[in-house]
Amino acid sequence: MNLFSDRKYVISAIFITLISIFLIRLFYIQVIEDRYKLAANDNALRHKIEYPERGVIYDRNGKILVYNEAAYDLMVIPKRVKKIDTLDLCKLLDITKEDFIQKLTEMKGKKFSSFRPEIFENELSLETYATLQEKLYKFPGFFVQARTLRKYPLKIASHALGYVGEVDENLIKDNPYYRMGDNMGLSGVEKSYEVPLRGQRGVKIVMVDVYNREKGSFEEGRYDTASVLGRSLTSSIDAELQQYGEQLMQNKIGAIVAIEPQTGEILSIVSSPTYDPNLLVGRVKSKNYRHMLLDTLKPLYNRATMAKYPPGSTFKLVNALIGQQEGVINGTTLFSCSSGFHFGGLTVGCHGHASPVNLLFSITTSCNSYYCNTFKNILQKYPKTQIGFNVWRNHVLSFGIGKKFPVDLPQESKGNVPTVKYYDKYHGAGRWNAITVISLAIGQGEMGVTPLQMANYCATIANRGWFYPPHVIKKVEGGSIDTLYKRKHYTTVNRRYFEPVVEGMRNVILNGTGRIAQLDSLTICGKTGTAQNPHGKDHSIFICFAPMNNPKIAIAVYVENAGFGATWAAPIASLMLEKYLRKEVKRPEMEKRILDANLLPKKSDWIPKK
Amino acid sequence: MANRNKDAVLQNIDWILVSLYLILVIMGWFNIYAAVYNEEYKSIFDTSQSYGMQLVWIGTSLMIAFVILVIDGEFFPKFAWVLYAAFILLLIVVIFAGKEVKGSKSWIELGSFRIQPAEFAKFATNLALAKYLSNINIKFEKLNTKLIAAAIFAVPALIIIAQNETGSALVYGSFILVLYREGLSGNILIMGVAMVIFFIAALLMDEMVLVTLMGIIAAGSFFFVRFKMRNIMVVLGILLASVAFVHSVDYTFTNILEPHQKKRINVLLGKEVDPKGAGYNVNQSMIAIGSGGILGKGYLNGTQTKYNYVPEQSTDFIFCTVGEEWGFLGSLTVMGLFIFLLLRLIYLAERQRSTFSRIYGYGLASIIFIHLAINIGMTIGLAPVVGIPLPFFSYGGSSLWSFTVLTFIFVRLDAYRFEILR
Repeated sequence: MNLFSDRKYVISAIFITLISIFLIRLFYIQVIEDRYKLAANDNALRHKIEYPERGVIYDRNGKILVYNEAAYDLMVIPKRVKKIDTLDLCKLLDITKEDFIQKLTEMKGKKFSSFRPEIFENELSLETYATLQEKLYKFPGFFVQARTLRKYPLKIASHALGYVGEVDENLIKDNPYYRMGDNMGLSGVEKSYEVPLRGQRGVKIVMVDVYNREKGSFEEGRYDTASVLGRSLTSSIDAELQQYGEQLMQNKIGAIVAIEPQTGEILSIVSSPTYDPNLLVGRVKSKNYRHMLLDTLKPLYNRATMAKYPPGSTFKLVNALIGQQEGVINGTTLFSCSSGFHFGGLTVGCHGHASPVNLLFSITTSCNSYYCNTFKNILQKYPKTQIGFNVWRNHVLSFGIGKKFPVDLPQESKGNVPTVKYYDKYHGAGRWNAITVISLAIGQGEMGVTPLQMANYCATIANRGWFYPPHVIKKVEGGSIDTLYKRKHYTTVNRRYFEPVVEGMRNVILNGTGRIAQLDSLTICGKTGTAQNPHGKDHSIFICFAPMNNPKIAIAVYVENAGFGATWAAPIASLMLEKYLRKEVKRPEMEKRILDANLLPKKSDWIPKK
Repeated sequence: MANRNKDAVLQNIDWILVSLYLILVIMGWFNIYAAVYNEEYKSIFDTSQSYGMQLVWIGTSLMIAFVILVIDGEFFPKFAWVLYAAFILLLIVVIFAGKEVKGSKSWIELGSFRIQPAEFAKFATNLALAKYLSNINIKFEKLNTKLIAAAIFAVPALIIIAQNETGSALVYGSFILVLYREGLSGNILIMGVAMVIFFIAALLMDEMVLVTLMGIIAAGSFFFVRFKMRNIMVVLGILLASVAFVHSVDYTFTNILEPHQKKRINVLLGKEVDPKGAGYNVNQSMIAIGSGGILGKGYLNGTQTKYNYVPEQSTDFIFCTVGEEWGFLGSLTVMGLFIFLLLRLIYLAERQRSTFSRIYGYGLASIIFIHLAINIGMTIGLAPVVGIPLPFFSYGGSSLWSFTVLTFIFVRLDAYRFEILR
């Protein structure tokens, strides 16, 4: 044997030591440390979100109001963008190289992980999508995600349907379901029915190779969640009536609300000026939105549910009902009217008509004096004005005025019925009385009522004392609408006091202020209103329902700065009735007069309200 | 005795070594298949893919092995110098006539085949070293002998460096272990280890801190050695040499190493973080291995390797596939097989009667060992990225043929051991 043969042990020891170090290291990185497993998933797994199709919305007759169209977004994972042929991609997307670089740098600078996919370019055109799909392997870090966009074939009911938009960071904080880049309903029905409409997002985990090409599902889809389709909705809106209403209101400012009294279903809800709802979809949305936001006519503003208008003479009906209920008037009560109501130095003017006036005639001729007296008597029936005022106010509230409905139209104003507190503050406690606030008698002063509320109290009168909360959605696929809409609300006025008022409204059409709204044998009942307006011409108002004894539709029409109720609002309402109940309008001259009318303010005398 | 019969080579073969060879080669083939797995070419025999080609290399390797086994055992010592000279010549020729691949001129093109002479020079060098040191007239104690022995492996290493294949040249350093076995002072090994440690320390630490630390260690050493003049001189001498070395590291690092080498070392030491550049390979390699867990993701289920996140995954980074798809269990198996192989080689080398065979055996073990150390070390972030293959595993004809030749010459020498008297 050899002199140094013991050195085999040293050499063996060196070999064993190194292999042991390797095994310890391997044990550490393979078994103990989790970092590498996460990094591996981050490398090779891509969470693909599958957006289910948003629910379709139909009108009451099954016509499609909104559906979905396919759209493709180019997504990017900034950290994964390797050296690519920028110019090639820019050419495909039709953007400049500078824009491209700036966009990418911005994304990389954002505070959340730049491993998260973000939309680089949304809604690619179909041809761009097709070319891009073929070349995508050349652009690591980029991929295409399919999505759908809302499409409104009839271009109507934009305010009621609302729009869909991208969520912002605040929203995500409140609602962890959403992620950056997600869409959600931001107004109208899209907002109030967001959850059933959106369905449930699905996640599909796919494996991708180093070139970002998909290589199939991860573990045969064990961790995938299927998306759930959005549910479709059936609206109570009658598309034809809605479309007709929007036509009638073109070049006018105001609103139309039509309700089916027996169900509370909104048949038509027009806010004018309106806009094509397709303008607020997709790429063009932000530009159009900004544009409309600056428009002095405020097309985005839903006047039907948000504008607080003085109800004018239409409100006399409510006071007539309260007066009877409070016993200060009955069918035979007479008040004299000599060109108005005079008390002390105060005069509420009235137009020339026969005097004295009973209940029926007061409605037919819309006598101011009658209602000033009635209102004064209601308040003075009680030892203190405040008590009387509160009694009156509670009656008013029971008509759905001055409070919010549980309505499925999110941006709704509750209107304004002033309170005792308000007057105490304004005039000083005990320093005001019925006369101080007498304009409430004729629907003026601080009263603010939305067109929706006007239509609703018209429907309430048609029903002789009750209403269902008005709503635009009557059915949710595979479910039902909230029971809130199925609950009858009764007014505080007894049913029997309604008949004389209804009869008065019938007389308005037959031989009163609203004769223009007459339509052959149809038993229309209505009431005109002309609200004074400190900013310009009077507002033209009309509410009506028909038929008298089996009401199918109740309408409120409000036209800003247009003049007498009978001139504009009444014929519009009448045409709407004809369209809905007769399906065909046979009064071409009247129709033409309305369609041709341009009642928009001239730029010079238009002072935008704040 | 029947087993002394010259014709009964097969009976005298060490079948354990041959089995280890075959197991590693076949495991390598299956892992190459998994690493470059291509849905469109599912057959493992498809020669348009590297796994099909590897089978060709395996087949030809077995033929080479057979040829080596039928060659007379005396052939190798006899022709050691001739082979050595031939390969040195070939290495030089390559510098001028070779084809440049990835910045290094180390390939010869023969039709559609490419061969890397540096791979084969290893066995020739091993033979030459064994031949030289087994000469009866040689006295290893002489400095001259040591220098000539070192020159035998330094010459090919330097030529290979000239080819810009620093990684392959590094392999020749492993012959130090052979010299150690034959009587080189152990201090040289200790010095080598100390130099590596000082090198790393010098790069990581402030020089003053390091020198102070070394001073403290030197002073502390007198607890173990007697306080005599001679010892003091030795300790001071070592200290002075160390300080000089540490001082020169900085110079070497900044002036001698290539930029990419500097970068790789810096990344390894954690002084630079560059997961997309120099650190990309190692980072991805560690992700692949680390994500394997205990049991691995299962054969052909490795996402990192299959989807090309790891570069050079069928060649230098083939171990990633093992780590990812077979997990720690797979790592343990492969490491186990290699240590078994290495210890078997030492055992076989020690049982040789011929010094030539023993030295050759140690040379083989050392070459496999250094390949293993650098290759695995690199994949798990313990060594800088040096492109050398994992023996028997990595894809590639040159590498597999070279290790086959290296291994089977030893198998042949071992089978021939009884015919040699000394």
